[in-house]
Amino acid sequence: MVCNTTCMNDKPGDPGYEEHLAAFEERVAKGDKVEPGDWMPDAYRQQLIRLIHVHANSEICGALPEGGWIPHAPNLKRKLALVAKVQDEVGHAQLLYRAAETLGKPREEMIEELISGKAKYSNVFHYHAETWADVATIAWLIDAAAIVNQTMMAEGSYGPYARALKRICYEEAFHLTHGYDMCITLSRGSKMQREMLQNAVNRWWKPIMMFHGPADKVSKHTELLMRWRIKLKTNDQQRQQFLKQYLPKMHALGLTVPDEWDLRLDESTGEWTYREPDWDKFLSVVRGNGPASALRLRTRKMAHDEGAWVRRALEAASGRERVGATSAAAVN
Amino acid sequence: MKRFPDATSIDGEAREATIGLLYRLADDDMTLGHRHTEWTGLAPILEADIAFSSIAQDQIGQARAFYTLLHELGEPDPDALVFARKPEDFRCCALCTLEKGNWAFSTMRQFLYDMAKQLRLQHLAESNYEPLAKLVRKLRGEQKYHVMHGHMWISRLGDATSESHAYMQEALDAQYGYALGMFESNELTAKAAKHGISPAEEQLCDEWKGQVHEALELAGLNIPQNATAKSGGRIGSHEPVFTTLLADMRSVYELDPAATW
Repeated sequence: MVCNTTCMNDKPGDPGYEEHLAAFEERVAKGDKVEPGDWMPDAYRQQLIRLIHVHANSEICGALPEGGWIPHAPNLKRKLALVAKVQDEVGHAQLLYRAAETLGKPREEMIEELISGKAKYSNVFHYHAETWADVATIAWLIDAAAIVNQTMMAEGSYGPYARALKRICYEEAFHLTHGYDMCITLSRGSKMQREMLQNAVNRWWKPIMMFHGPADKVSKHTELLMRWRIKLKTNDQQRQQFLKQYLPKMHALGLTVPDEWDLRLDESTGEWTYREPDWDKFLSVVRGNGPASALRLRTRKMAHDEGAWVRRALEAASGRERVGATSAAAVN
Repeated sequence: MKRFPDATSIDGEAREATIGLLYRLADDDMTLGHRHTEWTGLAPILEADIAFSSIAQDQIGQARAFYTLLHELGEPDPDALVFARKPEDFRCCALCTLEKGNWAFSTMRQFLYDMAKQLRLQHLAESNYEPLAKLVRKLRGEQKYHVMHGHMWISRLGDATSESHAYMQEALDAQYGYALGMFESNELTAKAAKHGISPAEEQLCDEWKGQVHEALELAGLNIPQNATAKSGGRIGSHEPVFTTLLADMRSVYELDPAATW
């Protein structure tokens, strides 16, 4: 069944809902991609809008802590790489808002919800990037954690999101290389540089441990998201994959994780055990109570407000071009 | 007139003039590229954000290419030239160092600057200093897009709404004198013209006025009358804002100038 974004009979209790749902779930289980015009349960649409919206917001808010360091990049190579990286993140936001628009939510509305504080963005961007080593740590470890999440989501059931993620992951792989290279350089540098890096890792470790979201036992969305193949791994599985891949690399650079996390490798399972993050704290941070939350929204709001006259002018100019085109066509 | 195929074949006055020219080109691109990056993540729409970041990268990349030519002429390496040179040794014009201002200010500046840059590159493609002519022929490909970008913004915003017109006119009025300062001439610029290294600044300025005035008028904007050129940058006398720009640019580097970052 094909329908537009205000699809009918897509909620439990609607006529024919159960039949549609059974056919939908059968398709999804086979690995078929769901496309914008296809029938989908309203709950599927809403979950995807929520996830893609949060992801897009995270890209545009994520541009801020790193973007603020572009003017201070300590050599030409780093400066060029950092501008390119932050530009990619803005590009990802554009791709993702577009993917969410295919589900019926306009970009302007999503941006309004972000700056009003109604819509969320990733926990990691609620923290300050205090030093140049924070930029290195974000580009390596946070992008690494994001890649674990996004390569999994890129196999998900919604076509436009999956395709956007494929391209995003390709670019994120460059960011990770750029971040890793900065971390390697600092880890081999002077005592001051090594300390700067270790301090950044210490500061970022808590947000990193929280990045993949609440533990499976408390995550309220996971079961449904996995059934509809929006998500193919649980939060805990993603966290474990990140730890397995990156802790050895960190150790190789001489970096340590603060003792309080009690990270231990269980030789029998090959898995890392750790002290559970404070998930109430996580929820409080993503609701806007992190150390940099107010600054992030203030900056986004300022950029949005200061650009309002430009958007008004572009709208007027394109309206006039349309009118011009129409009258030219009428003359011809 | 004598042509110079490489760095070893040029000396005396021609060499001095070439080095002076390369510092002007590189320092303009470096400082303005730096200013453009201040929009990354903050532009009025996502598409504009991405485009402006691309121009910033091109511009810093072009600065690096000019610094590399300087290095071949025996000057320090590009990073040392950006991060460790004395402020008074920079030869950028004041226009490139001014704060980014609002979107009208930055797009107007990008337009005024890149129109001049395009003309300059067009002439430099025939420079008697062949390594420069060769480089410039490569750069002209990307420069064309910068010019299109600048044109697009001034023609869209110049008369879209009375509000946008007012913003763009204000931006033009504020920086027209600074833009004239791009063509500041002195003994060294005259020597560059004499040896066929670079066109005369006065000639460039006239050509620039011809093209820029026409585009601005088409966009519904009024050319400021009686503006005087803000000069000084080409002899190392900079606006106070340049000191802040350099301090920002060097804040991490100066934590440990001997370190690798």
